Amino acid sequence: MNVDKELDARGLNCPLPILKTKKSLADMTSGQVLKVVSTDCGSVKDMQAFANQTGNTLVSQSEENGEYIFFMQKK
Amino acid sequence: MKKMAIIATKGTLDMAYPPFILASTAAALGYEVQIFFTFYGLQLLRKDLSDVKISPLANPAMPMPVPMPVMVQMLPGMETMATMMMKDKLKKKGVASLEELRDLCLEADVKFVACQMTVDLFEFEKSDFIDNIEYGGAATFMEFAGDTDICLFV
Repeated sequence: MNVDKELDARGLNCPLPILKTKKSLADMTSGQVLKVVSTDCGSVKDMQAFANQTGNTLVSQSEENGEYIFFMQKK
Repeated sequence: MKKMAIIATKGTLDMAYPPFILASTAAALGYEVQIFFTFYGLQLLRKDLSDVKISPLANPAMPMPVPMPVMVQMLPGMETMATMMMKDKLKKKGVASLEELRDLCLEADVKFVACQMTVDLFEFEKSDFIDNIEYGGAATFMEFAGDTDICLFV
């Protein structure tokens, strides 16, 4: 997947991964993809909820060695 | 645009988190947010938040590393120690500091309203509070709260 920007949210807890995702998306353009890496298991549900409420698309999410990887496409 | 209003009435470290977490998150989700700070909640608007503390006293739900009798919790310095330990734990677990969350709220245009009556009651100095806040009363709160999707009392 073509990634335009990456956000390292490892070690951060609720609500920081969401707030930093929002901030990172702010200076991106429509259609661009943000990759977020988080270690907060709560962010799995929260990222989906963020996408549902903001209209950005959570293209995919996966887990690898305790890290959660999200690809969020800006609305 | 969806709206959320919160009344923040508590000035302890644990009770300071919910208003700032919910407000910053709602703002990130596109809500217009207002927090009305009244009574002890006003302490959360001070420039210096280092006096915001947590007490194990009368808080039997607080997880303690070792069980502590109430008689011990009363001893001088226990509040400071509990606060230090809690802040240390928050930091280790990657939870934002109150200052950081409050800044994130302001950055996201969350509106802070301080209760004028409480300021008078406790004879607080407005110069002790952060800038960019408004002062108002119950009617000011209602004007915004009456038109919100979520309204919380903390």
